[in-house]
Amino acid sequence: MDTSLFSQALSQEPLLQVQNMSRFYGERIGCRNVSFQLWPGEILGIVGESGSGKSTLLRCLAALDQPSEGEIQLADGGQWLDVPALPEPKRRALMRRAWGIVHQNPRDGLRMGVSAGGNIGERLMDAGERNYGEIRRVARDWLARVEIDPDRIDDLPRHFSGGMQQRLQIARVLVSEPRLVFMDEPTGGLDVSVQAKLLDLLRALVRDMGIAAVIVTHDLAVARLLTDRLMVMKDGVVIEQGLTDQVLDDPQHAYTQLLTSAVLV
Amino acid sequence: MTEAQTISGADPHYNYGYLDEQTKRMVRRALLKAVAIPGYQVPFGSREMPLARGWGTGGIQITAALIGPSDCLKVIDQGADDTTNAVSIRNFFARVTGGRTTQKTAEATIIQTRHRIPEKPLRADQILVYQVPQPEPLRKLEPSEVETRNMHAWEEYGLMQVRLYEDIARFGHVATTYAYPVMVNERYIASPTPIPKFDNPKMDMMPALQLFGAGREKRVYAIPPFTRVRSLDFEDHPFTVQSWDKPCELCGSRLSYLDEVIVDDHGARIFVCSDTDYCEERRQDGEGA
Amino acid sequence: MDMIRVNGVSKSFTLHNQGAATLQVLEGIAFAAGAGECLILQGESGAGKSTLLRLLYGNYKCTRGEILVRHDEQWIDIATAQARTILEIRRFTLSYVSQFLRVIPRVSTIDIVSGPLLARGVGAEIAARRAGDMLSRLNIPPRLWGLAPATFSGGEQQRVNIARSFIAHTPIMLLDEPTASLDAANRDVVIELINEARKSGVCLVGIFHDEAVRQMVATARFDILTAKQPEAA
Repeated sequence: MDTSLFSQALSQEPLLQVQNMSRFYGERIGCRNVSFQLWPGEILGIVGESGSGKSTLLRCLAALDQPSEGEIQLADGGQWLDVPALPEPKRRALMRRAWGIVHQNPRDGLRMGVSAGGNIGERLMDAGERNYGEIRRVARDWLARVEIDPDRIDDLPRHFSGGMQQRLQIARVLVSEPRLVFMDEPTGGLDVSVQAKLLDLLRALVRDMGIAAVIVTHDLAVARLLTDRLMVMKDGVVIEQGLTDQVLDDPQHAYTQLLTSAVLV
Repeated sequence: MTEAQTISGADPHYNYGYLDEQTKRMVRRALLKAVAIPGYQVPFGSREMPLARGWGTGGIQITAALIGPSDCLKVIDQGADDTTNAVSIRNFFARVTGGRTTQKTAEATIIQTRHRIPEKPLRADQILVYQVPQPEPLRKLEPSEVETRNMHAWEEYGLMQVRLYEDIARFGHVATTYAYPVMVNERYIASPTPIPKFDNPKMDMMPALQLFGAGREKRVYAIPPFTRVRSLDFEDHPFTVQSWDKPCELCGSRLSYLDEVIVDDHGARIFVCSDTDYCEERRQDGEGA
Repeated sequence: MDMIRVNGVSKSFTLHNQGAATLQVLEGIAFAAGAGECLILQGESGAGKSTLLRLLYGNYKCTRGEILVRHDEQWIDIATAQARTILEIRRFTLSYVSQFLRVIPRVSTIDIVSGPLLARGVGAEIAARRAGDMLSRLNIPPRLWGLAPATFSGGEQQRVNIARSFIAHTPIMLLDEPTASLDAANRDVVIELINEARKSGVCLVGIFHDEAVRQMVATARFDILTAKQPEAA
């Protein structure tokens, strides 16, 4: 056993720190007083029913929405970036370099009129890659990694099945090797068997690349298979959080007990 | 017509140069800003002109704002000085300024153009005015004006490169042959308007001032003299210009941009210079057939 | 050298959706287990053996008391440790072997078994070879390696799970009836694996319903109901 591995891992700083973050829509509460930390390589799941505030939270974290109160800080080269206060250019640069967002509907994350290779290559070209052959090589490599035949590199995503589109979206996001990935119901619209394969793929990629991820899902089975830690939300508030298997197997809060007893996980 | 012609006196029913002085000042202010930020699209209050938008109203307003009594104007359309549109615009300015016009590139101080840059290299004392139908090079890729402005502002040009990538993936080469996007001064991507990509290299480090006007889209932009203009490409698929197997049928030039012309009812075709002034001058100098 | 020290551990469950009924399952549990030991948890059915094992793993939340685990030359209290610390401990120090295989469907058997090695950075080729060796030993024929275990029999699934658990020894292994429902030949292989692990210095804490198996693996026993200190076997 290599002990230096984990002592190193434990000494790391968190990647993301959230302190008492709230988002109000007028009188209505989007989410309230959310606090947590996310470390590199960790997968955090956010579960709850529709309207529980999980998507609002995700949007704030991904800087797609502004919190009304509280702090969201991202570690960046030894300093803390105040995410909601980031100036637009910095925010957009981070979104291209450090962040990735996987949408529930692949159509929201893909350019449907651009070939699979172009979709994967865009972030590389954004980052200044100007060698066509190299872009093709990386795109083929990524197609293979997400289990799409590399010979389909010039096909349009609209000719792909739903599961393939979702895998293509994941390749498009991960190709720039982001440190942090946000996923909103990544397996949402897919068949159960396709979901399973995708989950395994995601887990392997995240493990290999050491990416931290925040995954919003209403599916507790997905949460169990994919996440390390879990936050349970209800009415905009985090009512329970902890190790995923602990929260699911020994839920403390009445609502979590109800949630876990309602389905087989 | 080979000599500069002078028309004595402008039509007294119009202000000099057709536009009122306030409008000229407004256009000039926009142009100054455009020159200060090479390649950046500056909005301006485009006016109604006595011809339909899309027929060169942007270029005409720039010319009208710049032209003075000492200027000599050349107008080209598809490289030619003798097409209807070129003749009409030249006559228009002759009437509203009483100034000189010419068909000779070397004689002109202002050259208003659509579709071409003259073959003869331009000088520092000349201004090239482009008529621009669509100033936004990102428009075909991104329909939102707000988003394209952001993309320019934050220099997010990956998408433009994606377009070239898609061309190569589909056709084996970049199939865009006109309005081929350029990077101006290593900062803004601009559309060179519908000139053939053959003319793109002429824009780079050109001694003359290049001004672009889009009347319908209400934008002007500029490339100041001696500015770096780079056609986008890939390292392993470098930018190239069109070439022809045969020289110009009339003047024998192998260096100019050629148009295909059908010469009889049997479909016989020849290739001749698109720049009529250049071709004529070469023939007078004893070149060619 | 002690690897686990349990002090005054209690566990109760509050069932909010059943009139907030409280079940007191464990009370004042205390014991220790060391490297090279195999401690058997005893007690009649329903005494809370599995609950205790799950508490040790951090799968259940400890109501009171401390569960100290030696991790990276430090004592860490599972009862109060942060989630990510527990994950680190599970990755390197503490593993849990149950008779149930819980994996993502459609993943091949060989990939499942080599997973723990990959997670520690072992190369894919070496990991696959060692996974193959382990599967052979547990009598899973190579023709099944490329298939997902969802279609396997209960016993086969259980052996896949054991292969995965024993392929990479952690210093502490928690065993929840790993030999239940295995045939005699395979049961003997598992006993062999357990004893090999123990001799290599692993600290094992386990539940075995079969007294014959207990006798073959135990170095110490702890009775939950009498809550006595472990006595040597």
